[in-house]
Amino acid sequence: MSTEDKANEISAGAQDQESITPPTDPEQTAPGKGAGGPITLFFILGLVASLVLGWVIFPQLLYSKKEQPIQFNHVLHNELVDDGCESCHFFREDGTYSGVPKLAQCIDCHEEVQGESEEEAKFVNQYVIKEREVPWLVYSRQPDHVFFSHVAHVKTGQMDCVTCHGDVGESESLKPYEANRISGYSRDIWGENIAGIKFNSWDRMKMDDCSECHVRNNVNQGSVQTLRGGCFVCHK
Amino acid sequence: MKIDRRSFLSFVIGGAAGTALTPLPWKLTDDISIWSQNWPWTPVPQKGETTDVQSTCTLCPGGCGISVRRVGDRVVKIEGVDGHPVNDGGVCMLGVSGTQLLYGPTRVQTPQKKVNGKWRSISWDTALAEVVDTLGELRSNGQSHSLACICDSDRGTVPELLNRFLTVFGSPNFIRTPSIQDNYELALYLTQGVRAMPGFDIQDSDFILSFGSGLIEGWGSPVYMFRSNSALKEKGGRLDQIEPRLSKTAAKSDKWVAVKPGSEGALALGLANVIINEGLFDRDFVENHTAGFAEYKKLVADGFSPAVVSKMTGLDVAVIAALARDFAGARKPLAICGRGAGTSPGSLQDFLAVHVLNALVGSINRTGGMVAVPEPDYINWPDVEMDAVAAKGMQQPRVDGAGSGKYKSTRYLLNRLPEILNSGQDSPVQVLFVAGANPRYSMADTEAVAKAFDKIPLVVSFSSYMDETAASADLILPNHVFLERYEDVPYARGLPRPYIGLAQPVVEPLYDTRHTGDVIIELAQKVGGTVAEAFAWESYDACLEESLGDRWDTLVEEGFWVDAEFSASAQTQEFETDSSKFEFSNSDINALPVYHSVRLAGDESFYPLLLVPYDTMRLASGYIGSPPFLVKSLEDTILKGNDVLVEVNPETAKKLGLSDRKYVTLTTPRGKAKVKIYLFDGIMPGVIAIPRELGHTAFDKFLAGKGVNYNTLSEPLEDAATGLDAAWGIRAKLSKA
Repeated sequence: MSTEDKANEISAGAQDQESITPPTDPEQTAPGKGAGGPITLFFILGLVASLVLGWVIFPQLLYSKKEQPIQFNHVLHNELVDDGCESCHFFREDGTYSGVPKLAQCIDCHEEVQGESEEEAKFVNQYVIKEREVPWLVYSRQPDHVFFSHVAHVKTGQMDCVTCHGDVGESESLKPYEANRISGYSRDIWGENIAGIKFNSWDRMKMDDCSECHVRNNVNQGSVQTLRGGCFVCHK
Repeated sequence: MKIDRRSFLSFVIGGAAGTALTPLPWKLTDDISIWSQNWPWTPVPQKGETTDVQSTCTLCPGGCGISVRRVGDRVVKIEGVDGHPVNDGGVCMLGVSGTQLLYGPTRVQTPQKKVNGKWRSISWDTALAEVVDTLGELRSNGQSHSLACICDSDRGTVPELLNRFLTVFGSPNFIRTPSIQDNYELALYLTQGVRAMPGFDIQDSDFILSFGSGLIEGWGSPVYMFRSNSALKEKGGRLDQIEPRLSKTAAKSDKWVAVKPGSEGALALGLANVIINEGLFDRDFVENHTAGFAEYKKLVADGFSPAVVSKMTGLDVAVIAALARDFAGARKPLAICGRGAGTSPGSLQDFLAVHVLNALVGSINRTGGMVAVPEPDYINWPDVEMDAVAAKGMQQPRVDGAGSGKYKSTRYLLNRLPEILNSGQDSPVQVLFVAGANPRYSMADTEAVAKAFDKIPLVVSFSSYMDETAASADLILPNHVFLERYEDVPYARGLPRPYIGLAQPVVEPLYDTRHTGDVIIELAQKVGGTVAEAFAWESYDACLEESLGDRWDTLVEEGFWVDAEFSASAQTQEFETDSSKFEFSNSDINALPVYHSVRLAGDESFYPLLLVPYDTMRLASGYIGSPPFLVKSLEDTILKGNDVLVEVNPETAKKLGLSDRKYVTLTTPRGKAKVKIYLFDGIMPGVIAIPRELGHTAFDKFLAGKGVNYNTLSEPLEDAATGLDAAWGIRAKLSKA
């Protein structure tokens, strides 16, 4: 039973209850017809208020917005490098994935201010000169109990970065980072849409999205440790 | 329109229905579950580049190669190095727990000085100045020999630097902590005329006769011995264990022979009696490469006939004869001794009896036998030049009496120190350095030891941890822990070939600690004069690199150096004795007191039971306190809550009216403790056993207050032959609590 089916059933149940209640209350039945009016009105009021709360107010309350420390231009950098995404987001020799570049990599080019961009000047002055790592906010950071291997997907599975991350490489600026106030993770994990509706493969990064692709492509579902499917494939 | 209770209810129901139609409940459930997985106290490894650093573990004298995995700057795992000559990929529980010793709460983070019984953090400059001032006073008063140092080893650069410091300062009182190594080295010295270390080629043997040695309980280099034991079994070899208790080694042996505790040496002599009488000895070796056989033959013939030995050991004559025939009949038999993990020296006569048994079957310097491993040869520093004070100080006899008089062959006698300190008015030791040792915990008769140490005006501890000795010291100059420093590992205990390991820093020092090597060099330079001249190195690291010379590069790259050419069989059968032969007896051996079983302290009528300590791999032995990983792993037959369990045979318990897992009072002539009973068929009736390495009073809450320290109940028993502590237990009684 889907979420919505369940919700419908509950509300149907509520309506049933309402249709039974009037005759049991002599005070309300006394004036005769018209007694159902305000009750239905209040029901609808409650319904509408909660729908507004759940669909509009709740998502706004749930996420806090933060700007990235530096506005990074992917397009600009992509034009200057030879190896696409992997120029900066590279794999280490042992196959582990380096993730967001560290200051040490940026310094190769940005030891001094190169262009006229304010953001670059800010980057050099606040981070390069002070030898501070940039506290980038990672949109795709998964909880720690998720074991995900980039090399298995990108090298062995020959997948493009775009398949999961979308056209990040074509962005000229970084969108605000929205952090879930309860779990602390990025909004991009659950997806922009609060109902979890997605149109692109990169719109959501929940467990179901992993398994959906794995099932569709008939990827080996067994874990290395147990040779059996299930939890240990991704949860080590 | 009236807003009444029904309208309100209706609003609530509408709200509930509406909420169910939004993602709110499902999203909240999901978020809360993730939130609960990320509570701040849940440990999460940091992200970053994974690197492995090759190093050598120095937590025990085993010399295992370790590969330390780091993520970013954080050590996350310690593993054994594949293909390493000592441990070949294996690692013990303590080694694995090394991360807890690096990051745990018990580390001393800055130099500490005790002021009115409270610790106060001080700077390195102040701490060193304080030591230098006191040392200067000693020298100007002509009391340089009242400086003493206790160290866990006398080999390798750090112990040698300490020893050199004492020498050039003018004190002969460098003391190594005791272990079976002392007796094995003496046995080699007396019979083969060589100052060397014992090596055991167990994996190439086909019959190991172990006189109580815990081959899989920490004896020798623990992981090497595990591997040797496995190799022995895989090749169809046999292990017979002679021990009054069913230890783990006994349980895994092919034959367990329970003898009366303390009679192991007598059994060895009894076996020799049978082997000689039945002509089962190695004629070629005995005739061509030994001397003094006739006297030895007479000794075992006169005093150790199977009938006599049967009475001493409690074994049937037939069992003794069969054991002797099996041992001598094996192709490559090897006898080993030293009880448990070998932390207590024992009696020289026992070691001689067992060592000589090997000579009888020709298992000296051959494959599958015992070999004298040469002392490390790489420390060739220029001779020290002593000034008048130092020369005078070095003329003084050692405070522990080792190396002269009746104990002339013994090198160090730490166990005699408490009595000597307690017997006089003023302590003959004015300043004591303690490095890599925790004597206040590990020496027998804790009370007497504490009293003795309290008499020393200045005790300086170099410990990285707040152990018992450090906690009662006056000054702590904390060393880096093993994952933060360079250090050479000059040998692997029991390995049958020369070996050097190198401990390398894996992380930058976490706290304001300093390498003990650097501290000694700095102290020397501050003392000045000839003392400073003897320490011309810029730093410890420079000294180490210079000392290791050509081997440095290999060591940095591979982590170890091993003499590949060296093998037991390639060793000469020419010995360094006067006769150039292996000497069954000679004037030194004959001068030793005649063999007798070591009688324990305590009146038999008042203390009817024999209390013996035992070792387990689940607890660290030596000066390292067991980290929480180890303590957590203890079976509840060893420790239950904070109570230690004492193994008692059901028969003994029945006689005393005691029942399983109940509290009792354990009393010995030295102390009293509340313990629990563990009924165990594997312990001989009349004997009870208690684990070592529990009952700490220092370290952290994970270790302190758990169980009882055996040493608080025991007392040392001076071996008349060596002066070493020969006690293997103590008399005791159990009474209902």
